Amino acid sequence: MPNTPKGLLDFEKPLIELYKKVDELTRISKHGKIDLSSEIQALEKRIEQQRKELFANLAPMQVVSIARHVLRPTTLDLVKYIFTDFMELHGDRCFADDPALIGGIAKLDGRSVMIVGHQKGSSTKENIYRRWGMANPEGYRKALRLMQMANNFNIPIITFIDTAGAYPGIEGEERSVAEAIARNLREMASFEVPIIVVITGEGGSGGALGIGVGNKILMLEYSIYSVISPEGCASILYRNAGKAKDAAESLKITAKDLLELGIIDEVIKEPIGGAHNNVLQTAENIKASFKRNLAELDKLSRSDLAENRYKKFRSLGIFEELSPL
Amino acid sequence: MKSIQDWFSKKKEEKELEAKAEKLDIPGNLWVKCFKCKGTIYSKDLEANLKVCPKCGYHFKLTCAERLKITADEGSFVEHDNLVVSKDFLKFIDTMPYSKRLEEAKRKSGLNEAITTGEAKIGGLKTGLGIMDFSFIGGSLGSVVGEKVTRLIERSIENKMPVIIFNASGGARMQEAIMSLMQMAKTSAALAKLKTARLPFISVCTDPTMAGVSASYAMLGDIIISEPGALVGFAGPRVIEQTIKQKLPENFQRAEFLLEHGFIDMIVERKNMKDILAKTIKLFMERT
Repeated sequence: MPNTPKGLLDFEKPLIELYKKVDELTRISKHGKIDLSSEIQALEKRIEQQRKELFANLAPMQVVSIARHVLRPTTLDLVKYIFTDFMELHGDRCFADDPALIGGIAKLDGRSVMIVGHQKGSSTKENIYRRWGMANPEGYRKALRLMQMANNFNIPIITFIDTAGAYPGIEGEERSVAEAIARNLREMASFEVPIIVVITGEGGSGGALGIGVGNKILMLEYSIYSVISPEGCASILYRNAGKAKDAAESLKITAKDLLELGIIDEVIKEPIGGAHNNVLQTAENIKASFKRNLAELDKLSRSDLAENRYKKFRSLGIFEELSPL
Repeated sequence: MKSIQDWFSKKKEEKELEAKAEKLDIPGNLWVKCFKCKGTIYSKDLEANLKVCPKCGYHFKLTCAERLKITADEGSFVEHDNLVVSKDFLKFIDTMPYSKRLEEAKRKSGLNEAITTGEAKIGGLKTGLGIMDFSFIGGSLGSVVGEKVTRLIERSIENKMPVIIFNASGGARMQEAIMSLMQMAKTSAALAKLKTARLPFISVCTDPTMAGVSASYAMLGDIIISEPGALVGFAGPRVIEQTIKQKLPENFQRAEFLLEHGFIDMIVERKNMKDILAKTIKLFMERT
């Protein structure tokens, strides 16, 4: 049984040789009927050890490559395992349905919740259809419609963030994606139901924040959240697109850094090698966190939920206040 | 630390020196070339015409002090929170350290930050007022701008005043990374409170009002006004061009484009701005 995992990233390449050896030994032992199990076990242990070490010390740009991995579970992949009875709802009742930002109602252990989330594709064809999860104004307006409905029916809101940003196109400006995002920020601030936000892959700028105002902000261990992509930052600020690695470090985009900065509330563990190595385990970890956080927020009244969220964002900002001379 | 009032009370020499520094983006001292029609304008004529090209109507950018002078009733402006200043909390270095960039911006603009906030009278009516200045790190939205906008809104709620903000910004301040993004949520949340308090927010978009600022308070005005020709949008035009690999339509992301697509209430020429603001406040605040 070949066990080299799919989609190893560049920085995991040193492991390939070891995996190949395991595959080879497994084949030999199977065909030659020789017992090589102790050798295989030793090799597997070595791989496990090396992998742990690799993942314990990831550079921010390496985390970026995991967050953007083509095999990384998408919102709908995770929804399938976390919830039951998911029913997708479509359209902003105004212009169109945006396949880059999905939404619907589902059950979390028997309890109704409203879900909205960016949706990347799992093939090139699907990605073209879903604009690689980069939403247009109608995506944000659909999200708002569903969240308003949740607020009205007293259903908790759970949002999944995984986007490089809002789609930069002519139509997005004609229908003002800026207005759509801004309105979501203002409205999400005052909803009187629990809002839990989880960043599962890329949290790209205003396009991410547009569904990101929550009582609790959670992040998968190898996801990122940033005001600008490392590449964009490098070309604008450093005037050198090759400096993306430096930009990724300066921008503090990893879950660990953002927890330290007080931007997020919790880091959700991923299986070794990243979420795509075990989607089921990832979904279980997310589900456990949702349930824990929801139980905590259940203690707050409707108006306290809004106030709790307001205070959370009101307090963000680092500055100095000089005393008058 | 200097405040706006100090700027006005400065000695004549000092004033002239600063005025000269502000003119750096306008080539030559006596004659100015219009960015739009390329015509040459006698700089005194340009000043007299509120920095609007007498030939083609192009609206040059204004400094905060210039904007304040033509907006607030004389002597009515009281500045708040001028001592809230930025901090290089990430030790962010791009082509220069952020701390140095801040020093330079302060020196060049004579301001402490990209927004000046306070209260003023416009046509005799009290209002909370914020004025952004593009010359301070591109009018970028960082922790301080976010905090000052939020306090401006909170104070206006307390004093039952409308809020007027003149926007001029390229977007979020990248040197403050994620914290700058969070200011979009913070200021928008404050506007939710203003809405509950039934106080109007008048957002004035000047050239440019982009990205993080447009996708937060700028597009949340009960009334949104724009100066003619101002660039107002989310994604930068070059980014869009690179993504879709098509030429952008004429007037794309200009005030006229937004009016046509239904995203602003009106385009107001600079010379009429104060009157329109006064009228708007009156219509909303003196309801019976």
